[in-house]
Amino acid sequence: MHSLAQFDVSQFNAGLTYACPEIFLGLAACAILLLDLLMNDSQRRWIGTLAVVSLLLTALLVVVQPVTGKIVALGGLFELDRMAQVLKAVTLLTVAVVFVYSTDYLRRRAILKAEYYVLGLFATLGAMVLISAASLITLYLGLELMSLCLYAMVAFDRDSGIAAESGIKYFVLGSLASGTLLYGMSIIYGVTGNLELAAIANAVHHGLGDNIGLVFGIAFLIVGVGFKFGAVPFHMWIPDVYVGSPTCVTVFIGTASKLAAFALTMRLLPEALAGSQADWSQMLVVMAVLSMAIGNIVAIAQSNLKRMLAYSTISHVGYVLLGILSGTEQGYQASMFYMISYVLVSAGAFGMILLLARQGFEADKIVDFRGLNARSPWFAGMMAILMFSLAGLPPFIGFWAKLGVIQAVLGVNYTWLAVVAVLFSVVGAFFYLRIVKLMYFDEPTETTPIGGSALMRTVLSMNALLVFGLGVIPGVLLQLCQQALR
Amino acid sequence: MITLTDVLVLSGILFAIAVAGVFLNRKNIIVLLMCIELMLLAVNFNFVAFSRYLGDIGGQIFVFFILTVAAAESAIGLAILVVVFRERRSIEVEDLDSLQG
Repeated sequence: MHSLAQFDVSQFNAGLTYACPEIFLGLAACAILLLDLLMNDSQRRWIGTLAVVSLLLTALLVVVQPVTGKIVALGGLFELDRMAQVLKAVTLLTVAVVFVYSTDYLRRRAILKAEYYVLGLFATLGAMVLISAASLITLYLGLELMSLCLYAMVAFDRDSGIAAESGIKYFVLGSLASGTLLYGMSIIYGVTGNLELAAIANAVHHGLGDNIGLVFGIAFLIVGVGFKFGAVPFHMWIPDVYVGSPTCVTVFIGTASKLAAFALTMRLLPEALAGSQADWSQMLVVMAVLSMAIGNIVAIAQSNLKRMLAYSTISHVGYVLLGILSGTEQGYQASMFYMISYVLVSAGAFGMILLLARQGFEADKIVDFRGLNARSPWFAGMMAILMFSLAGLPPFIGFWAKLGVIQAVLGVNYTWLAVVAVLFSVVGAFFYLRIVKLMYFDEPTETTPIGGSALMRTVLSMNALLVFGLGVIPGVLLQLCQQALR
Repeated sequence: MITLTDVLVLSGILFAIAVAGVFLNRKNIIVLLMCIELMLLAVNFNFVAFSRYLGDIGGQIFVFFILTVAAAESAIGLAILVVVFRERRSIEVEDLDSLQG
């Protein structure tokens, strides 16, 4: 902590320019909240557009920032590096896409209110603060800003009983996770005497490697991170929250909050606690194996597509952890690649559910996709691309993601882990391909044409084509991840 | 003389009570909210004790933020609780079983 005597105004101002995307997004969210009060119902449909525009402008501000190396600003609370820049840009674009997908769904259910967008924007702001955190304080505040908004978003459809129930479950388990994470942070603070991540890394590096207090603290941190990520054995909230919340919120939780959880893990483990990698690696191995096993096996038994995608998320988190636990630069890059590609694919998959949903009909059963090819060959093709990618078939992006993390664990001689990963991805391929089979080889149970605005259909098609395009030329994204974590 | 160990043991006990409360409680969601609050307060104890022991003010500043976030958290928790009560006229934990998990 810097004392007041050291406070330097010009340095503080320089720090503010690094944080200007966050400041802009915060102001935009407040402005939209106020505008909502002045608008009548017919004007209110512009709120979604305003929210998307402010997200895109923020993304522009993030991208034009010149980032060389690692900049620590605002009294050691805020840090800007390539990883932060890339993750923030991806988060902002993802949320913009999610908002585009959600508008029709919200309108049809008569819950098109500014709350959804404002809470979403504040959650995004929290994710950005978390991604750029250089101290345990900002890490915690960013995480809580995001989580609190998400709890409210899950329950914001006030007339849906199951949304309220999944809201309270998410709230209790999420708060429990935050408390556990915080307890771990307090132990780490006590052992290292610092709140700043760089200073903690320094203290751990210089002779605290196997301090018993440190390992105790790390165990609590891992529990908290596991909860936020949704890794087995801390996954029990994921299926209920995915099924219970409105689909437009599920897609938010399944994409943006996963990126934030990834940033949380990267900041806490490889950055602050690199010195005790041997300790947390062991804990992550257990979580990764259990996640891949339970996620892939339980998903087979599901008849609800949202619940199936929930278990699929759990299994994919296991693969992301594989890269992180390898503890190498190559592994971190592979994990980041995996995370970004998964977010891209899962946004598309939930987008398909949102596209097929109508008034009073959720389209969240797997059988609702029966015979989709007869109703719309184009969107059946898009869904097939997404499912092939989730299954990890070449040449789709999911294949390169899996290849990367498996190479990473092979690089640190975890051959058995690579074998387990491959085996479970074969198990997982079954339920993704079942959907493709239903779409192409079964008779449709209903014949209503597919709805959705032209904008949503275009964005969804671009999303799926991007999954295919990046699969054919994975070098673009791969290079981005390599630059981000070097 | 109260030592660092004493405070850490106290906060450890409080934390354990809070976690046990969340998992053992079968009655009432309000008790769950109280347990979550207790958990954050246990963490605050830790931070204050370490801050005093290390002679570093950072821990105490963190406590202020945690208290603020805890207040916001209770507000959201109670708001969701009200929605649950309106929907099913009950806040018993055992009634929260319409989802399979």
